[in-house]
Amino acid sequence: MKRKTFLKQTSSLLISFNLFPLGSCFDTGNNNGLNLHGDPNTINAWLQLNRQGKITLFTGKMELGQGIRIALKQIAAEELDVDIKRINIIIADTGQTPDEGYTVGSGSIEGSGMAIRQAAAEARLLLLEQASQKLQRSIRELQVKDGVVQFINDPTISVSYWELLKGRALNGKITGNAPPKDAREYQLIGTSIPRDDIVNMVTGQSAYVHDIRLPGMIHARVVRPPSYGAELRSFPKSKIMAMDGVIDIIKNGSFLAVVAQEEYTAIKAWNILRKESTWNTKRLLPLQANLFDDMLHYKGKQQIVEEISGNQQNMMHQHEALYKSPYHMHASIGPSCALAKWESDQLTVWTHSQGVYPLRKSLAGLLNIPEQKIRVIGVPGAGCYGHNGADDVAADATLIAYHLPGKAVRVQWMREDEHMWEPYGSAMAIKIKGSINNNGKMSAWHTDLWSDTHSTRPGGKASHLLAAQYVEPKLTMEQGDISGGASRNALPLYNIPTMKVVAHAYQGPLRTSALRSLGAYANIFALESFIDELAFLAQRDPLHFRIDHINDPRALEVLRIVTEKTAWSTRTKKQDTGLGLAFAQYKNRAAYFAVVAEITIDKAKKEFKVKKLTGAIDAGQAINIDGLKNQTEGGMIQSASWSLFEQVDYSDEGVSSNTWDSYPIMRFTAIPDIEVVVINRPTEKPLGAGEAAQGPTVAAIANAIFAATGTRIRDLPLSSKKVNW
Amino acid sequence: MAKITLFVNEKDHVLNISPDTPLLYVLRNNLALNAPKYGCGIERCGSCMVLMDNEAMPSCIRPCSSLTQTKIITLEGLGNPTNLHPVQAAFMEEQAAQCGYCLNGMIISAKALLDRNLDPSDTEIRAALERVLCRCGTHSRIVKAVKNAAKKMRLNA
Repeated sequence: MKRKTFLKQTSSLLISFNLFPLGSCFDTGNNNGLNLHGDPNTINAWLQLNRQGKITLFTGKMELGQGIRIALKQIAAEELDVDIKRINIIIADTGQTPDEGYTVGSGSIEGSGMAIRQAAAEARLLLLEQASQKLQRSIRELQVKDGVVQFINDPTISVSYWELLKGRALNGKITGNAPPKDAREYQLIGTSIPRDDIVNMVTGQSAYVHDIRLPGMIHARVVRPPSYGAELRSFPKSKIMAMDGVIDIIKNGSFLAVVAQEEYTAIKAWNILRKESTWNTKRLLPLQANLFDDMLHYKGKQQIVEEISGNQQNMMHQHEALYKSPYHMHASIGPSCALAKWESDQLTVWTHSQGVYPLRKSLAGLLNIPEQKIRVIGVPGAGCYGHNGADDVAADATLIAYHLPGKAVRVQWMREDEHMWEPYGSAMAIKIKGSINNNGKMSAWHTDLWSDTHSTRPGGKASHLLAAQYVEPKLTMEQGDISGGASRNALPLYNIPTMKVVAHAYQGPLRTSALRSLGAYANIFALESFIDELAFLAQRDPLHFRIDHINDPRALEVLRIVTEKTAWSTRTKKQDTGLGLAFAQYKNRAAYFAVVAEITIDKAKKEFKVKKLTGAIDAGQAINIDGLKNQTEGGMIQSASWSLFEQVDYSDEGVSSNTWDSYPIMRFTAIPDIEVVVINRPTEKPLGAGEAAQGPTVAAIANAIFAATGTRIRDLPLSSKKVNW
Repeated sequence: MAKITLFVNEKDHVLNISPDTPLLYVLRNNLALNAPKYGCGIERCGSCMVLMDNEAMPSCIRPCSSLTQTKIITLEGLGNPTNLHPVQAAFMEEQAAQCGYCLNGMIISAKALLDRNLDPSDTEIRAALERVLCRCGTHSRIVKAVKNAAKKMRLNA
């Protein structure tokens, strides 16, 4: 039903108001004036209008640098027919916003965005009803211009949303019956409205949790052991306590922290404690050189992810290959940071966690206090790209603040802490067997994949917080089953009559959890490399080979665009250049993405360089075109960095990748040129897009290296040293 | 503790502070400036860049006692939301940000570059920004922003 038709048919709806005050800003930690609405099925949980014509949105999702705030504002402004400048947004805060779990899996537009769209559509309908009564005109005779409801034939007969509400909250239920605007009427959705938070970043206004300065704030650093599971034997207590400005040392089991008035004092004490404390350590095994051997022979759980049995006939070629991806870091530029204050039997925590509600539950478990005593407030941090140290540092700050009632405690991890203690993206091994029939078509496909878990987010459990594993009584994290993320995108989207994907659990030496795209990165690297290998065996153009196995027109369209843009058909004529193609639909159900990598080679120097990446993305209805483009460009560059430069190194004594020298990431002079084409489909559902580029980009580069050099690199990173020059 | 005077953003600031404190912590904690950020503490990431006598320099190691004769300018000293420096304006126009944590180092480095070269090539821009790390992958936009800024500054010159 179209919105106009629906409005004509609707006679009246129950509207009631309450006098609860509007949500306030977050900065004091004071519980007065909060929007304690509770019920996410009410409009009031998602948006509120004040007397001055300002609108406040509430999202349980977190701003991670992906620009979710501007996209959600666009959605609300579109539905309400108001100027976007009227809209303010409050993000993840257990005191104010709905519980939307974690901000993960490129799901914020599909989740929060669609909830806000529906809430705004309901709000608009209720307000039109009100205006209709007030102006004595039927709804179909009314239009809305920037929140002012006007009689179409005489716009001077009007009343604004805020005049109708007079500061009272909109207390309607979200019925699901108010029809959102028809996509053909969109004025804001699908445009590139600039983000309004960048002005704070470029001028040094307070933009991050790192910038919060609470009255009387003190600084702490946590002294982490030299390696996983080490037990604290001794530390130079009197030496540290004698330091000018040191407030306290907190030692609980093997959890050790120092608190000081000045941040630099805490850092100096941290340095001494790191050097002079003694620990009982455990060897980290298997050694890195034996990691994949260990993985492939690991006796763990197995799971058939997918099995499709068809006729296997006329098998001409059979091919098998093994691909390996090492542990990768999130490697946030800003080490994790949190503030906490325990006062009057209440704990307030400021955090850049991706999930304030699950964190609150985990912290309640850590302290063994009721959740209601804790307020967790989300404030942006540096980009996290998944589960990094954000939750852990919040637990650190919580333990320290609990020990020092009345004091606001700020903890920031040191660079070494972030590099050595964040949970990494799991190393993976993927073995693929495939067959081609005598028509040059793929007839059978079999994938075995090995992976550690991609999900150890706290999720309400205290035992997943790093500090909880070192305090007394020590909590141990239960090792889960095969995590769903391990097999993400392992199943080919191509038409192959017989397919089987088997996932094998691995419990490896390093701490792992969700890193942007989870298993999709390594699975697509393997799958899209293997397709290229099969195309080569079948003596087919890798583009045509793919097209022959695809029906979905949207998949074909992204492939068409990138290959046209890069003059794919003339690619073999360029000297010392190679083009590589790859494609995937994220999660096999979200955004479509294809990419061509262009590499140039220098045979004399035995080096290759990624010169250009050209991508095309179809994420259905694009909310903010430039935001989508920015996310995709970033995904391509980040994936190129993982693929060309990165692997976590360790020895039996612990993780040795502890600085930007021992874990280098891509710097400016190595950055390829980037071009991204956005295909906007306003009448389709919006699809998560933030992780679509990670997998295809690595495969496209590997395929380009093969095209230029004839060397097929199957173990990441893709370095010039692995090429047979 | 010692009495140290630093010249930051065109003003003298008299501080009673431990003289070995690296400049970064003084700027953030004593002068309440947010722009320079902690990233690595060993001058490898560029998050903490400031202008020292018009050169882009990391502030995370050099002790404040060694900088009493240095003219220090932070991102806050370049412009503010109502009076943006052309480099700041260009970064906004190009939407050259994701998380934005690296922007301090990027803008400070770009400013130092453009002060000596108003028409830098792509290669020169990349070289000038090489020491600043970005993890979101905003690099190509940042290069565009620096070019845009150069154009603005040439028009103003």
